[in-house]
Amino acid sequence: MAKPVRWQFWYTLLAFLYMYLPIGVLAVFSFNASSSSSQWEGFSWQWYEKLWQSEALFGALRNSLTVAMTAVAVAAVLGTLIAVGLARHQFPGRNIYRGVTYLPVIIPDIAIAVATLVFFGAIALPLSLGTIVLAHIVFCLAYISVVVSSRLAGLDPRLEEAALDLGATPVAAFLQVLLPQLLPGILSGCLLAFVLSMDDFVIAYFTSGVGATTLPVAIFSRIRTGVTPELNALSVLLIGLSGTIALIAEFIRSRDRP
Amino acid sequence: MAPSQPSVANANASAPWLKWLEPLVLLGPGAVWLGVFLILPTSLIFIESLKIPGQEAWSFGNYQRVFENIGGTFIYLTVVWRSFLFAAATTTGCLVLGFPVAYWFALMAPKRWRNLLLLLFILPLWTSSLLRSYSWITILRPTGVMNGFLNLLGLPGVNLLNKAEGVIIGMVYAFLPYMVLILYTSLEKLDLRLLEAAEDLGATAVQTFWRVTVPQVRPGIIAGSALVGITSFGDFINPEVLGGPASRTISYLIELQFLGASRNWGFGSALSLVLILGVTGVIMLLLKYGDRSVIADG
Repeated sequence: MAKPVRWQFWYTLLAFLYMYLPIGVLAVFSFNASSSSSQWEGFSWQWYEKLWQSEALFGALRNSLTVAMTAVAVAAVLGTLIAVGLARHQFPGRNIYRGVTYLPVIIPDIAIAVATLVFFGAIALPLSLGTIVLAHIVFCLAYISVVVSSRLAGLDPRLEEAALDLGATPVAAFLQVLLPQLLPGILSGCLLAFVLSMDDFVIAYFTSGVGATTLPVAIFSRIRTGVTPELNALSVLLIGLSGTIALIAEFIRSRDRP
Repeated sequence: MAPSQPSVANANASAPWLKWLEPLVLLGPGAVWLGVFLILPTSLIFIESLKIPGQEAWSFGNYQRVFENIGGTFIYLTVVWRSFLFAAATTTGCLVLGFPVAYWFALMAPKRWRNLLLLLFILPLWTSSLLRSYSWITILRPTGVMNGFLNLLGLPGVNLLNKAEGVIIGMVYAFLPYMVLILYTSLEKLDLRLLEAAEDLGATAVQTFWRVTVPQVRPGIIAGSALVGITSFGDFINPEVLGGPASRTISYLIELQFLGASRNWGFGSALSLVLILGVTGVIMLLLKYGDRSVIADG
């Protein structure tokens, strides 16, 4: 279709502008010498320096990383087992099981957050970083099992059968034949879950105890107190970081394609 | 869809109980986790929603309260209705903005760059949704970038922050990448021969679009709209960051009952269940009229 440039091209260009304008504005003002975000008053690194010295934000970042890594590690095991189990076994209630694993993807965060809060209250479990992890595992395992399921659907089941016929134990066949084939799916599922866990504000806001502040919760309390230029600097750094992760994920995915 | 299962049965033919061991090991832990941390909590908020402070007996009083009318206004129903309107406006906005973009990506972009361009477009999704919402404050506030630009053109400034407009701009911004991604998945499968046939038979571009393109991607449109509609209906962040007192949504009401001044867990639970039921209704419609493969891909 060698046609001249059409309006859709300019439209897409404008849409790109819409997507990147806010990020660009943040980036520009993160280097502003004054704390005002309405006027440019010269170049300065001071907000990055302030950010670097902010113990509170770094503590919150550490908490977020701890939560995300723990939740994803547990959810990777549970989610993969679910995906394999659902693909292999027919049993009554299989569709209900599958439906329940989709629920955390569908139900609004705030409803999950509230339900989890009520539950922790009912069993008198004090809120902490640990309770956030427990809640995050639920949606992480949902996303991981969905991604791994779609990978499983495209696999050749005969390879594992061959391993079994050749005398491998079911466990060995699982670990040495199936798992390596599933690995790209598990990895991209984990990346997705990791990013979602790092980004989650609502569930952490409801299920975190005193002193167990994750990065989004810390960011939120800063937004509430007004526009703080360190947040601009933080956004720029986070966008750079997650952009890199996204490109790596895309690289894994494209290598994975036939 | 379901790959073989006989292999395991063969291997374990000697020990029948082993037949049960495998599904138990695979599906048991997940079932326990989902049961304890998802099903049980959701059941608990149902029980909680039947409780009214100061009353012994359980009742549906909290649900009736959603319809409470004080001084001629349905104070809670207004908020629920507003959340619905915001969700509808956001969905329409994402569809109008997203469709031509997805169309360009799927059918007109250079093949070599297609994936990279699409990735670049949805890249902002990978960053903190709070910070993406916050970034609009800098643009929309009275002394912000937008008014600076308008003044430069000699136009009067406008204030969209702490208003419905601001919330909707933020929500469209937040969910546009999802819409584009789902529409793209659908448009990519478009049968181009039908478009050519329509053109050969003398249809105008507009006719071809409405009568050939749109019907083919209808499942994608439905799936994308459902996803954006559901997510924006329950969105907490954008109304909280960009909205004001007159643009509160259901998620704010819920928060108020649990963490805010109101502290009424029973009423908050009832509101959460209203939210869950609303979303479930949309999903039911989607499963009935939508294309499941698109949902699975998205």
